[in-house]
Amino acid sequence: MDHAIQIEQLTKTFGNFTAVNAISFEVAPGEIFGFLGANGAGKTTALKMLTGLLKPSGGQAWVAGIDVQRKPEQVKRRIGYMSQKFSLYEDLTVRENIRLYGGIYGLKRTDIKAKTAVLLEKLQLEPYADQLVAGLPLGWRQKLAFSVALLHEPRIVFLDEPTSGVDPLTRRQFWDLIYEAAHNGVTLMVTTHYMDEAEYCNRVSIMVDGKIEALDTPRNMKKTFAAEDMDEVFRKLARSGS
Amino acid sequence: MNRFFAFVLKEFRHIYRDRRTMLILFGMPVVQVLLFGFVLTNEVKDANIAVLDPSKDPASIRLTNKLVSSGYFRVAANLQSPEQLEPAFRNGSIKLALVFPPDFGHTLDHEGTAKIQLIGDASDPNTATTLINYANAIILNFQQEYAQSSLGAQQAPQPMILAESRMRYNPEEKAVFNFVPGVMTLILMLVSAMMTSITLAREKEMGTMEVLLVSPLKPLQIVLGKTAPYLALSFLNAVLVVLIGMLVFGMPMRGSFLLLGFECFLYMFVALSLGILISTRAQTQMAALFVSALSLMMPTIVLSGFIFPRESMPVFLQAVGTAFPATWFIPIVKGVMIKGVGLSYLWKETLVLVGMAVVFIGVSVRNFKSRLE
Repeated sequence: MDHAIQIEQLTKTFGNFTAVNAISFEVAPGEIFGFLGANGAGKTTALKMLTGLLKPSGGQAWVAGIDVQRKPEQVKRRIGYMSQKFSLYEDLTVRENIRLYGGIYGLKRTDIKAKTAVLLEKLQLEPYADQLVAGLPLGWRQKLAFSVALLHEPRIVFLDEPTSGVDPLTRRQFWDLIYEAAHNGVTLMVTTHYMDEAEYCNRVSIMVDGKIEALDTPRNMKKTFAAEDMDEVFRKLARSGS
Repeated sequence: MNRFFAFVLKEFRHIYRDRRTMLILFGMPVVQVLLFGFVLTNEVKDANIAVLDPSKDPASIRLTNKLVSSGYFRVAANLQSPEQLEPAFRNGSIKLALVFPPDFGHTLDHEGTAKIQLIGDASDPNTATTLINYANAIILNFQQEYAQSSLGAQQAPQPMILAESRMRYNPEEKAVFNFVPGVMTLILMLVSAMMTSITLAREKEMGTMEVLLVSPLKPLQIVLGKTAPYLALSFLNAVLVVLIGMLVFGMPMRGSFLLLGFECFLYMFVALSLGILISTRAQTQMAALFVSALSLMMPTIVLSGFIFPRESMPVFLQAVGTAFPATWFIPIVKGVMIKGVGLSYLWKETLVLVGMAVVFIGVSVRNFKSRLE
């Protein structure tokens, strides 16, 4: 129960192909954990096992202290999730989207109303509350999607490439929201392919071919690999792996 | 239940915000029923015919009058020579030509037999066959009358079989009786299966499906939540089509509304489960649309007996047709509405639909789960 996420020898095989090969690590509460890897390295598969979307083939994983293999439904209640593609419905208004997520996570109507007001004020979206999400700039939508993922006060939030396609300034603002959430004790597991973002994480793991090849703070990792920045670390690792 | 409600509410919003969906849901059924009802009909009224009558005797004139007074035919042209036949057919002014020999009445009276020629425009074979059949029936009738009247007294009566036919359930042979059940079958399949598969594929395409799956909603809740609104709207559609059929086209309702409602729900459930099945395979809305259109729409229209009688299909196609729910649903609707029969006559068709629902749902659930393993 000390760890927000605890993984032991977690494995996923599809036929002969091993997508995730006996990975083990822990994530502390309130930590921002960067989960990196090239496409096809297995990070999406690992993330799906941790969010209860895929059943592990072997090993164990606890998310918020709950066994993912045995009680995926209980895990789902306690986590938030924002996907790389999109988490909001474009043909619903801002307010309707918030109400929908509050609803499917079982919040009371009065709670949803109160939270909606707070959220709209924080994101300065009040004037747009009753407009369709389709009309909002991408950066705003991403911030809104993140806030919506936090609506039911999950202890752990999974962010799957949350900032892809967003301009640098908005990305920076987005990370401010992430820091604020971490400050409030929320654990964040983030996948990204922006290596500058990897530097914002407390710790970073790099997956290559289903295995975790490196796991450390960005600073230590750069030291170990004698690299200028995370980009160089990543390239060195990815090259050795293939 | 609050969760489920929030989800269903969202689905209704999707539907009414999307004009195209609304149009397909409510515009199409009305337009189709009216279109099929008014336009696509096998009935023939006032078909233009040409008469070539060189004999011009009482018998030939009587026969021509009898044809015209039936209401099926209208004499558009009185031809003088056989050469005029070809141009008349070519420019499409006539559908049928009636050709008498020069001494029709004389031959008929003295030899007891005479020949006439019926020439149909078979570029439209259905209409041609119908017209020839009508004309033949009238000529047969004329022959019997004629034999009994004038020369019946002089000649020995010939043995004659008088076949009196009656068309049960639909004495006026209204084509609408065939099309209303057909359109209903088509619409319900379209709305239930196609819309379901598209709406589920849309969640996948937009990436929102993942978010839903990560949420505490159970997969079954997601599927039910997405389909429930369409089930409700489909039912509304069924009611609409039946009402138009009854009020506009005089379709009878001889059986029980309750049974019809139950059968509609069963059929929609089969269609919905087909839609879910398609969506477990299709990744995009376009793929879902194409698969639904090709695998459901075409067989529903062509193989189910909606437009073309199943009895006249090759055995192989008849067998293929039995794999589609529409083939079993159409006889149910006709049975309940037109014949007024109950479940004791329709249990076989009903059972087949139940079986289909079980199989389709079973396979979709397996497909759905295999994604999570």
